[in-house]
Amino acid sequence: MNVMALLLADSRFPGGGHVHSGGLEEAAARGLVRTEADLPAFLRNRLRTAGALAATFAAAAAHRASGSDANWSTMDEELDARTPSAAQRAASRAQGKATARATRMMVAAPLSTARWPQGLLRDAERPEWPLHGAQCPEGSLRDVQPHPVSALLAAVPRPHHPVVLGAVVGAGGGSPADAALAAAYLSISGPASASVRLLGLDPLRVNAIVAALGPDVTAVAEAAAATAHLEPADLPAPGSPGLDLLAEEHDRHHREEVRLFAS
Amino acid sequence: MPEPDPHPELLAGDRPLRIGIGGPVGSGKTALVAALCRSLGAELELAVVTNDIYTTEDADFLRRAGVLDPSRIEAVQTGCCPHTAIRDDITANLDAVDVLTERFPSLRLVIIESGGDNLTAVFSRGLVDRQIFVVDVAGGDKVPRKGGPGVTTADLLVINKTDLAPLVGADLTVMAGDADRVRGGLPVIQQSLVDTPEAPEVSDWVRKQLV
Repeated sequence: MNVMALLLADSRFPGGGHVHSGGLEEAAARGLVRTEADLPAFLRNRLRTAGALAATFAAAAAHRASGSDANWSTMDEELDARTPSAAQRAASRAQGKATARATRMMVAAPLSTARWPQGLLRDAERPEWPLHGAQCPEGSLRDVQPHPVSALLAAVPRPHHPVVLGAVVGAGGGSPADAALAAAYLSISGPASASVRLLGLDPLRVNAIVAALGPDVTAVAEAAAATAHLEPADLPAPGSPGLDLLAEEHDRHHREEVRLFAS
Repeated sequence: MPEPDPHPELLAGDRPLRIGIGGPVGSGKTALVAALCRSLGAELELAVVTNDIYTTEDADFLRRAGVLDPSRIEAVQTGCCPHTAIRDDITANLDAVDVLTERFPSLRLVIIESGGDNLTAVFSRGLVDRQIFVVDVAGGDKVPRKGGPGVTTADLLVINKTDLAPLVGADLTVMAGDADRVRGGLPVIQQSLVDTPEAPEVSDWVRKQLV
């Protein structure tokens, strides 16, 4: 497994993921998830819908990142079109922006893998990504291709999380399958963590539930990798009206009463 | 060859100063934030990020009290992890600071209030430039002696609600002495917002940080 994919799937990664429950807080508020017995169904269904969508686009983005002609705007728009809930689009873009911020800091310090352009040091406070030629010594990087994540952020400053995840994994030497596995795993590990914090569910039992979904995670990732080469418009569009409605309801309740998670 | 340091310069001239206010539940963080807004709000552009569980009730209260316009307050959901949001994964708080900086381009100070937590919580230096840790006498006069990173390393320790000391049997001299010892001389301010609602000493300390 590619290290960059591992980094991005780690709950330690400072990408703002811990404030999103993936619909679990709203489901819990409505009594749909109360104990460990209710969790497997919620997670499995999330994995096969929202998780599959995220994995699909993460794989496609990783595939594009290894080339030089990615149309990142189109990729981002096609994922937008497959995310009917405005609240979910906002949550995805918030985590995408956070991932971009963390990635800027990763490039500011030289890395060992040769795929990262050398010498592009930037003040981490500036919003722009180090673009080709913008900050390098005269002539030293003339032949280096624009960094794929740099190109993505130039085209889409607040990208969807799966797109930037895939671009970072691909640019870091990972395969579409690596990116898809990370995205699929994250789609259930986040809500699982939220259930432990919100409901006090037994973390050992919750972990066992996540582990038991391993084959499902693998299957979703493999299916996503298989479609990575398709044109964005032709990518699958798995969806969950239930999760969309929970997301919108969560956002609405936010304004009226206390919600502890951002989504 | 040493690795380049990607951390931004502290007190960068082109961005607002960030001061974090942490401390246990009920120690008086929110009241201190309100007091600072009252005493400093007229003389400098400030804004607040709150991690304390925040409702529209809170926003209404602040507007009615005239402490700070609600557009200057951003509330951050911490997903039941108040210490994570200020320390391990500061993303949500950084986003809130960005929103306020964009909304108020002349912003000079952002106060970030943590959700109530225990004595081990500290702010990340990636999020704040200075930290104030607030403990109160009703929490027990042994608190400074117990220490913890908030008590020992915060740039300013506030021993709050001194007016309650006689009622709870807290010895202020003991607290002050213990605090001084565990902090190696770093600043400590004892105060009561009942006696001095505008928190004059803490306000002066904040003013000094902005110079």
